[in-house]
Amino acid sequence: MSQAPIVLEARGITKQFPGVLANDHVDFDLRQGEVHALLGENGAGKSTLMNILYGLYQADAGEIRVNGNVLTLNSPRDAIEHGIGMVHQHFMLIPVFTVTENIMLGAETDHRSLKSQSPLVKLDRKQVSQIVRDFSHQYGLDVDPDAIVGDLPVGVQQRVEIVKALYRKANILILDEPTAVLTPQEAEELFRIIRELTARGVSVIFISHKLKEVLAIADRITVMRAGRVVGATTPAQTNEHQLAAMMVGREVILSVQKEPAQPKEDVLVVENLRVRDVRDLEAVRGVSFTVRAGEILGIAGVQGNGQTELAEALTGLRHIESGTVKLVGRDLTNASPRAFTQTGLAHIPEDRQRHGLVLGYTIADNMVLCDYYRPPFSQRGVLQHQVLDDNARKLIRDFDVRTPSPYVAAGKLSGGNQQKVIVARELSRPVRLVIANQPTRGLDVGSIEYIHKEIVLMRDQGVAVLLISAELDEIMSLSDRIAVMYHGQIVTTVDAKAVTREQLGLWMAGAQPETA
Amino acid sequence: MDWRRFSFIGFIIVFLFTVVVLIGGSRVSPTIIISSMLTTTIAVATPLTLGALSGVFCERAGVVNIGIEGMMLAAAFFGWLAAIYMNTIFKFDPSISLWTGVLVAILTGGLFALLHAWLSITFKVDQIIGGTVINILAVGITGFLNRQMFFGEGSIFGGNVPHAPGLLPSLSKWLTPLCGGPQGCLGLPTLIQGTFLDQKPVAIAAIVLVFVAHYVLFNTRWGLRTRAVGEHPKAADTVGINVYRTRYINVVLGGMLAGLAGAYFTIESVPSFEPLMTNGRGFISLAAMIFGNWTPFGAWAAALVFGASQALQINLQFFRDAIPPNWAFLQHAYIVGLAPYVLTMLILTGIIGKTTPPAADGQPYEK
Repeated sequence: MSQAPIVLEARGITKQFPGVLANDHVDFDLRQGEVHALLGENGAGKSTLMNILYGLYQADAGEIRVNGNVLTLNSPRDAIEHGIGMVHQHFMLIPVFTVTENIMLGAETDHRSLKSQSPLVKLDRKQVSQIVRDFSHQYGLDVDPDAIVGDLPVGVQQRVEIVKALYRKANILILDEPTAVLTPQEAEELFRIIRELTARGVSVIFISHKLKEVLAIADRITVMRAGRVVGATTPAQTNEHQLAAMMVGREVILSVQKEPAQPKEDVLVVENLRVRDVRDLEAVRGVSFTVRAGEILGIAGVQGNGQTELAEALTGLRHIESGTVKLVGRDLTNASPRAFTQTGLAHIPEDRQRHGLVLGYTIADNMVLCDYYRPPFSQRGVLQHQVLDDNARKLIRDFDVRTPSPYVAAGKLSGGNQQKVIVARELSRPVRLVIANQPTRGLDVGSIEYIHKEIVLMRDQGVAVLLISAELDEIMSLSDRIAVMYHGQIVTTVDAKAVTREQLGLWMAGAQPETA
Repeated sequence: MDWRRFSFIGFIIVFLFTVVVLIGGSRVSPTIIISSMLTTTIAVATPLTLGALSGVFCERAGVVNIGIEGMMLAAAFFGWLAAIYMNTIFKFDPSISLWTGVLVAILTGGLFALLHAWLSITFKVDQIIGGTVINILAVGITGFLNRQMFFGEGSIFGGNVPHAPGLLPSLSKWLTPLCGGPQGCLGLPTLIQGTFLDQKPVAIAAIVLVFVAHYVLFNTRWGLRTRAVGEHPKAADTVGINVYRTRYINVVLGGMLAGLAGAYFTIESVPSFEPLMTNGRGFISLAAMIFGNWTPFGAWAAALVFGASQALQINLQFFRDAIPPNWAFLQHAYIVGLAPYVLTMLILTGIIGKTTPPAADGQPYEK
C-alpha cells in the first residue's frame, strides 16, 4: 500500500470562520487505491477540510496538490475537472428527477466538462442511461437509470451519488459520513462497493465519527480534533478506545454502564394504534406495546418506518385514527400535549431545533416551556422572573449546560448544549414516562455519553423509558427490551441481551422473524 | 399535468361554450357562435398565457414573482409610449413604430424583472415584498407619467393625447395574397379561419411560446439546470452550476414574457393606455400557473379557461334579450363578469387535486 503514489495532498490548510478556527494547519494525503479515514467529532473540522478539497470553500492558507500539481480550487467545477468527486452527507440529488437526469446534471453532453456548445442543446437521456447501465455492471452498482430518485431507498440513492461521481471520471472519492443513514446491511453493501472501487484504482476519503466502521474499512486513519490533526494511525495499530480518546481528548466510557432492569407496573400501554402521516398515508399500522416502570424499551428501525408518527401520537402532537394510549392508567387517546405532560410525560423530540426549543427564546425561558403557567413560575398570570432565573441557574449547573449566562438565546448554543437544555427541562420535572426520540442524533461522543447516563439514571429511579433511535448501537446498549419497527408495524419484540446486531438489521430491513 | 386536470379544464370550456350556444343558437348559427367564442377565448387568454409562462420560468428557477402584474402594466405603458414617440415625434412609419413599441415593452418587462432579481437573488429580500414593490412602483410610474405627459397645462403633449399609430394587424392581413380571394384563406373552414387566422401576432406568439417553453424546460440543458436550481440549488451548486446566474437569467426571461403580455394590452388589443388597465391579469396568470402545476401546457390550458369565461361575458351581451326569463340574472354583465374571478378562487381551492411547486420556490440561496 505505502508504495502507491500520492494522488492528493493538502499541506498547512487553514480556514477561519467568524469566531472559530475550523482548520488549523491541517496536513492530509491520499494514496492511490487506498481508503483513508478521517475521524473526528462534530465540529472537529472534517467537513470544512473536505469542502475545501471539493472547492466549495477556499482555504485562507495552505496548498493542495493533485497528482503532484499545485491547484487552486475555486469551485466544485475545478475539483470535478481534476477528478475529485464527493458524496455529501445530505445527498445532493433532486428528488423529482430521474436517476439519469441527476447524473447528467451539470455535465449533460460531455462527461466531465461543464462547457459545451449551447445552453439549448438537446438532452440525450438515452446515451446517459446507457452509460449508467454500463457503470452498474462494471462496478456492481445496481441502479435503474429511469427510476425517480425520490422513490428510491437511501442506500440506492447513495449508489446514484457514487455513479454520479464516476460518470464525471472521478478517481478521488470523498464520502462524507456515508453510513449515517444506512441500515447495517446497506452499510455492508457500501463497504463491498468501496472495496470494488479501490481495487480498480479509485482512492477514497472516508469521513466518519463511527469507530467500528473506520476500523473495518480504512487502510489509514487520521484523527482530527478542534480543527487540528491530532494523530494518524492504521487499524492494525489501534483500537476503539484509543481512537475515542484521541477524538475526544480524554478517556471515554464507550459502553453504557447499567445494572439489570427491575421492571414494575405498566406505565404506558398502547393498543392497536393507527396513525396517518402528513401525506395522509397510514404510517403506524396497528401497533401495540407496553412500557413498564424501571425499564427501557427501544424501538429500532430504519428512519421513515412510522417512528416519527408513533412518537407524535404518543405525545399528543398527531391525531390517532384508532386504538388507545394509556398513561399510568389514564386514557390519553387524542388528548392534548398538555394533558400528556401533566400526567407525567417527558418528551425529548426528534428535531430539537423545531420541536424541542424556541430558538429565539433565552435558555431561562426554554427551561420552563412545560410549566410556565403554573406556580411558582407564574402567579396570577404574571411570570415570576426571579423564580425563572433561579430555576435556570440550578438546571444549568445540574445538567452541565455550557453557556455564559441563562439569557443566551437557545439558538446560539451548540447541538449538544441545546439537547442538554431539553433534557434538563424534561427530566427535572416529576415524570413517569420518558419518550426519547433520536436523543443523541448529531451529537459528539462526550454529549452522547452524558445523555445516555441520564436516561439510565431515570430508569433506575423507576421511570418508564421509550427510546426511539435509528442508531443500532444506541438501541442495543441502552434498551432492556427491543421492538423492531418496519413499515408501520412492530415486527417483533425481543430481550436486548438475547439478540445480535445482524439479526436486528435483518428485521429492520423487513425480514420476518421465524417465531412470530 | 394529469388527465384529471385536463379533462376538468375541457369540461369547463365545453360547458361555457354550451351556455352561449343554447342561448344564442336560435338567432345565429352555432358555427359562428363557436368561432366567435374561440376567437375571443384565445385573444383574451393571450396575456394570461404569457404571464403564466413568465411565472413558470421564474418559479421553476426558484424565484416567486408576484410582480408580473406590475411588469405587464409598465410594459403596456412604455411600449405604447414608444410607439407614439416613434410615430408622432420621429415620424416613423406606423408599422415600424408599433414593432418598436413591442420591443420596448419586452425590454421594460425585462428591466423590471432585473430589479426583482436584484432584490430577491442578490439582496435576498423577501420575494413577496420584492414583487409587491414592483407592483406599486409600476402603478405609480405609469400613473404619474401618463398624467404628466398627456394631461394638464405644460404637459409634453399639451393636453392632447396624440393619435396612436393603430394596432398590430391580424395574421390574415399578412396573408392577403393567400386570403384575398372570395373563398377566404385557401378555402379553409370558417371555424379555423375565424379562430386562428384572425388572431394577431402577440396571440400567435403566445401559443408558439407555450411549445417553445415546454421544449426548453424539459428537453434542453438549460431547462434541466433551471429546474435543478429551483428544486435543490445546493445540489446544482455542487455539480458546478452557477445558481445565481441561472436564476437571474430566468427571472429576466420571465420578465420579458410579461413585457410581451403588456404589449398585448396597448399595441394589440386597444390603441390606448389607461391607468391600472391590466386589472389583475398578472395575478390571474399566477393562478393559471399554479393550476397548471408549473408546466407550460397546464398553464396554457388554465389560461384558456379564464379566456373562455371572459368570452362568455362578451358574447352574452349580444344575446341579452334572448336570455330566458328564469336565467335573468345572466342579463347583468357584472354577474357574468365575475366568472373569471370566481373560477380563480374555485380552482385555487384545489378541488381537482393538489399541485406541487418547485421545492426551493421562494427561498433565497445561501452558499
